[in-house]
Amino acid sequence: MADGYHARTAGPQKFGRIAMYALLILFAMYYLLPLFVMVTTSLKTLDDIRTGNLIALPAQITIDAWVKAWSTACTGVECGGLKNNFMNSATFVLPAVAISTLIGAFNGYVLTMWRFRGSDILFTALLIGCFIPFQVILLPMAQTLGYLGIANSIAGLIFVHVVYGLAFTTLFFRNFYVSVPTELTKAARIDGAGFFTIFWRIILPLSPPIIVVCVIWQFTQIWNDFLFGVVFSSGERQPITVALNNLVNTSTGVKEYNVDMAAAIIAGLPTLFVYIVAGKYFLRGLTAGAVKG
Amino acid sequence: MSSLSIRNVTKRFGALEVLKGIDLEIEDGEFIILVGPSGCGKSTLLNMIAGLDSISGGEIAIGGRIVNDLSPKDRDIAMVFQSYALYPNMSVRENISFGLKIRKVGKEKRDEVVNRVAKTLQIEPLLDRLPSQLSGGQRQRVAMGRALARDPALFLFDEPLSNLDAKLRVEMRAEIRLLHGRLGSTIVYVTHDQIEAMTLGDRIAVMKAGNVHQFGSPQQVYDDPADLFVASFIGSPSMNFVRAPVASSDGVIGIELFNGNEKLFFAAPKAAQKGLSEWIGQESCHGHPTGANHGRVIREPGSSESRAMPCQSRSSAADRSGHAYPDSPERYAGYLSHPSGNTRTRR
Repeated sequence: MADGYHARTAGPQKFGRIAMYALLILFAMYYLLPLFVMVTTSLKTLDDIRTGNLIALPAQITIDAWVKAWSTACTGVECGGLKNNFMNSATFVLPAVAISTLIGAFNGYVLTMWRFRGSDILFTALLIGCFIPFQVILLPMAQTLGYLGIANSIAGLIFVHVVYGLAFTTLFFRNFYVSVPTELTKAARIDGAGFFTIFWRIILPLSPPIIVVCVIWQFTQIWNDFLFGVVFSSGERQPITVALNNLVNTSTGVKEYNVDMAAAIIAGLPTLFVYIVAGKYFLRGLTAGAVKG
Repeated sequence: MSSLSIRNVTKRFGALEVLKGIDLEIEDGEFIILVGPSGCGKSTLLNMIAGLDSISGGEIAIGGRIVNDLSPKDRDIAMVFQSYALYPNMSVRENISFGLKIRKVGKEKRDEVVNRVAKTLQIEPLLDRLPSQLSGGQRQRVAMGRALARDPALFLFDEPLSNLDAKLRVEMRAEIRLLHGRLGSTIVYVTHDQIEAMTLGDRIAVMKAGNVHQFGSPQQVYDDPADLFVASFIGSPSMNFVRAPVASSDGVIGIELFNGNEKLFFAAPKAAQKGLSEWIGQESCHGHPTGANHGRVIREPGSSESRAMPCQSRSSAADRSGHAYPDSPERYAGYLSHPSGNTRTRR
């Protein structure tokens, strides 16, 4: 009987469901607990931290640590908080993301819609760029920057990140455009549209899903980058990641955990914001590009 | 409206020769079908006419003007694609007028054209929709509208109906035919569907492996196939082939068939006897249109119902000769061609 069948299976199914949720909650906690500790600690007073438990809620909520981290905390000899470095990061991250995304889109367009002799070899060569570790290019890049006269400048950092990001952005866009029928380009050519017109009027308007993926990826990479920041910039031009490191390592007497935590959250907020705003497009775009690759 | 000349056109990809010297003369206002199995080069040829693929050799002229080195936009053509290739980010109206906009046609003129085209194709209520909001048949119409908007010298269709369901396909087929009657423009239409080919075309070019095997009216291609390939490709259900040796009996040349142990001899037409002797002992193939015995294929008395061709059908013209024999002694009706050439003598 059908009912008997259901009665037999209902038990194990229910158990499986409970086990699944338990496991999911466990893993969610595993990842959320550090964030919880960071947020609560940043809202505590130093006394509270010293006397209280690590995972206890703050006895008294205060945003003093946040204010200090933002405007008065010392990074090395300077004591201006993270605000300057936050702006530094913003001034090179935004152009670097925009430029690398745009060039990636253009590369992808050429590599899929205007195939030429050797275009596949070129693409493979670009792919290898994804696997080159940061450390390998430090010295040659330093020399190049010096040669170009943009060493230790915002322009230099933008250049480094654009060059390094190109391999990834090209890969994203190329794989996305592979699934766009080339007949679209052909139709546009017959309609009389030229190389750039097709890109601007036909191909780019199709690209928002992959642009979102690319922007999230590039923003996260460049904003969170420490190595290029510490090597290719110095002093007041340092990005926020480097400043955060200095802030945490600068010890004048007491270790201010609440300020450290607040600073770390401030440094991480922009990427978190980008994920929350564009997250659903991120998943959609990743699969959209991956179907035909 | 204008004629199209394709003269000894070849296409090579590296060492691979995809088109091996195509010659087609297409007159003003003709509806031409390129048909053949997939991979025969028909789409490549269409792309070369459109200017989307380069020409390796020979020349293509539209309306007497050689277009080999012209870009697609300067060839005065319009093309309808299999996937419709509508611009997804533009409304139907923008899709239809995009080509005019690129060519800097004024807004008023553009609106006029869009309205005219929409009326012709009965897509007026759809003008402000996006392609994603249209059904397959509607997309097909819009794709045709985009081609119509520019009023080109030559229309190119690349398997435009193969993405539609069977019923719509029949409807659109009729509509394309009507449209051609109304516009009177020259059309080159690629398909692998022989029903489309037979019903739409004024003339059909049957292609295989980069060669045109036959270029003629649907009736010619069906009744009088140039070779074994055309005979087997056209017709549904396809033609039956019987292999039989050529033999001689009492000085008359014909073919031998066996029914069990009983040997049957079918004599060739008298007028064709001469010159057949050199074929004695060789095997020949005899095509028999399916259904003829049941009277479904209507032909005038005395026309061919059975024909013969060399069994190994190679694609060169020299192999296209063949013999024909009556398919039964009672219904003597056949024709024959000399093994040496292509000329056929009907009886």
